Amino acid sequence: MSERMERRAVISGAAQSEVGRRLYRTGIDLTVEAALRAVEDAGLTTADIDGVSTYPGFGGSFGGAMGAELHEALRLSLNWRSAGVETAGPLGAVHNAILGVATGLARHVLVFRTVVEGSGGPLRPGSGGGGGGGMAGSAGPFQFMIPYGAASAACWVACYARRHMHDYGTTRTQLGAIAVNGRANAVANPKAIYTDPMTIDDYLAVRMVSDPLCLYDCDVPCDGSTAVVVSHRDYAPDAPAGAVGVNAMGTAIRGRPSWDQFDDLTSMMMRHTAASMWERTELTVDDVDTAQLYDGFSWLTLAWIEAMGFCGKGESGAFVEGGVNIGPDGSVPLNTSGGQLSAGRLHGFGHLHEAVMQLRGAANIQVPGCEVVAVGAGGGPETGCLLLTKGPS
Amino acid sequence: MRGDNPPRFVLASSESEFYWRSGADGRLRIQRCGECSRWVHPPGPACPFCHSRRVGPEPVAGTGTVATYTINRKEWIPGFTPPYVFAFVELDEDPTVRIGTNIVDCEIDKVEIGMRVEVLFEESGEWHVPLFRPAGTETS
Ligand SMILES: [Zn+2]
Repeated sequence: MSERMERRAVISGAAQSEVGRRLYRTGIDLTVEAALRAVEDAGLTTADIDGVSTYPGFGGSFGGAMGAELHEALRLSLNWRSAGVETAGPLGAVHNAILGVATGLARHVLVFRTVVEGSGGPLRPGSGGGGGGGMAGSAGPFQFMIPYGAASAACWVACYARRHMHDYGTTRTQLGAIAVNGRANAVANPKAIYTDPMTIDDYLAVRMVSDPLCLYDCDVPCDGSTAVVVSHRDYAPDAPAGAVGVNAMGTAIRGRPSWDQFDDLTSMMMRHTAASMWERTELTVDDVDTAQLYDGFSWLTLAWIEAMGFCGKGESGAFVEGGVNIGPDGSVPLNTSGGQLSAGRLHGFGHLHEAVMQLRGAANIQVPGCEVVAVGAGGGPETGCLLLTKGPS
Repeated sequence: MRGDNPPRFVLASSESEFYWRSGADGRLRIQRCGECSRWVHPPGPACPFCHSRRVGPEPVAGTGTVATYTINRKEWIPGFTPPYVFAFVELDEDPTVRIGTNIVDCEIDKVEIGMRVEVLFEESGEWHVPLFRPAGTETS
């Protein structure tokens, strides 16, 4: 296997800002809080930071804050900066940082993802929409869904979930295991939004949103920022909290890049994205100690479980049913900090942060002897993943 | 949903304008390649298969099959009174032509994957928005 350039990089620091349902703080305020904590966590000062990478690179409730805002707010001096939305999902900001470090353009890249969809979303009168909505009037590919009242990703994901149920016999009770597992784990996460106990009966009784998805199948908009520092692996011995290695990254976008035109209505782009990650490593799915898989909607987690290969195609419902396999003592402990359904929609970066904590042995619900974590984020055509290790890969 | 039509928010591009106007004569049209005869949806500036720019709208039968659907219980856009069905319909001419639409003139709990449907159009300003109903529905 030729050299994997991503292995030149490590994650040397990770931190989050305050996270809440409605904080009414600005995106850049939350970003600065997370960024300064992450830099300190990495054993660095802002003078060491010579790169910034973020997703998506614009403000507003979904965008949070621009890279240039952080650049200015901390008076950074940068050799390289990158932001964009046409990445392999939100983790594309991490992929880009890894590339920036691996190619020598920067040595310590501050990566962040900020959301203010709790207080900046539709719950606040006069503001624009958040949470995947608010695209009415789009002349792009959404012009074929908006006129039919399918304004939210919930509507599109629900169509895939329905077909998965039809083709493979997946049940709502099985789907509900994702939400129940997340809630159980969120109890140990002091930053989680929802921590009241939830049973599968609670799940089955709550109101439907876009049938077959109910309220508890949809993540909770929140305010918060997550920052990590991606450094050159040479720095790993000096990272005070321990460096996390990047073993492989998954970036492939092989089918039609579309929410509605993907060829298979029972999977999404993560099928190709995860495959591309496994093509870049000698590790296998059996080496994974815990999985942090995107749950913007619970069905997306089923799609990620199948894409990663924790079970066969169409078998994810049976795999998660009852929660034993995915619980803290199961074969693949899943979303151990609560995921987005309960801990808040940090857009994949809550999952990333938890992966780092697991590999440091510092998680609230720690998987014993954790050495390899699979992280996957995003849905539809916007998916990306990382295979992370304890120490440099 | 019909009779009290929701706001359709059609925002066509120069490539898709024909799609939203097509129903004026009661026929659905889909872009087709004049070289390789493949159907293309959503429409674009060239054929994605043979890259010919000789592409244009061509009438289709307007019949197809429900590939999947959701029943919206939430008013995602004001004016779309729940419950309403959003579905993907695959056309008979080419099942890879997948169209987002609403299923109307059908009880909500009668919609199912594999159901045969036919097109009808709802006027919305200058547009004729393609909707689908169970195949063989009596016109009133
Ligand atoms: Zn052609």
